Amino acid sequence: MGAQSKKAKDTPYAFFQAGARAELPLLISAFPFGLIYGALALRVGLSPAAVQAMSSIVFAGSAQIVTSQLVLEAAPVFVIVLTIGVINLRHMLYSASIAPYLQKVSMKWKVLLSYLLTDEAYAPSIIHYEKQELTPKSHMFLLGAGASLWITWQISTALGILVGAAIPQSWPLDFALPLTFIALVVPVLKNRPGIMSALSAGTVALLAYGLPYELGLILAAFVGIIVGTILEGHE
Amino acid sequence: MNIWLAIFLGGLLTFGMRFSFIYLFGRFQVPRTLKRALHYVPTAVLSAIIVPSLVIRSNSLDVTFGNTYLLAGIVAIVVAWTTKNTLYTILAGLLAILILTII
Repeated sequence: MGAQSKKAKDTPYAFFQAGARAELPLLISAFPFGLIYGALALRVGLSPAAVQAMSSIVFAGSAQIVTSQLVLEAAPVFVIVLTIGVINLRHMLYSASIAPYLQKVSMKWKVLLSYLLTDEAYAPSIIHYEKQELTPKSHMFLLGAGASLWITWQISTALGILVGAAIPQSWPLDFALPLTFIALVVPVLKNRPGIMSALSAGTVALLAYGLPYELGLILAAFVGIIVGTILEGHE
Repeated sequence: MNIWLAIFLGGLLTFGMRFSFIYLFGRFQVPRTLKRALHYVPTAVLSAIIVPSLVIRSNSLDVTFGNTYLLAGIVAIVVAWTTKNTLYTILAGLLAILILTII
């Protein structure tokens, strides 16, 4: 019985399902975000095909919204590409942080999972990987989280194009994002370096909020990482 | 301006950054300090996303009792800290934001 239930839990599908389930609360905030993006990008004059293509090719919410703004301002291509690069810099951190857990999978999987590595897929997956023992099918967790977000993002973009941002702005759906991140981060804050890392990153993010292109976020992340690392070294 | 070129290059760049270390890892020895530092990436980045999204409302700082996101966020943080349970935290936070939005 023991061996059997362990086997059932280790199936690729079980991991996929666990990832998709962990992603669920994040879909609540991604959905209206996709609607807003779809409606906004259409309004600045992009063709429906380009609006949808951006969601599937770039697949990064805040970068897509800023790109729409730049299109409205008739910015040159290199400015748009550079801006997307700066806004998505944090994904390099995600890549470095999740890389050890994907070391054993094939190149095909590395490519697919990298493509799906958004904020929303990274957050539940890294928490899962740091808590659970790594198994040959662990990468299916990230696939479950990433694929369910991808589908939601494509559908909500399409709906945004078709019906516009239909959800009233007074609905606090975007609260689901910080809420889920709180639910993921706070329970794993166990020691002083971790707590100080979180507090310092949060403080710097607030102080540097005015910086353009989410550079405040990058700065805050680096301060938090350095504070945690140094404090751990001292202990 | 060619928007298709911008979408294609922007997508390629984004993918390249997401793929970068996943591709490189294992191809060279990762220094110990760097390994330790990577452990703090989720805590630092997610905290840096959480705090402004609770405290900054319509582009300005709002630390008053009128800020429902901040209040519900504090409820969620307290529940997360005491229960250490993801599901309870999300349920408590959703309940809090619902009640605070209605009243």
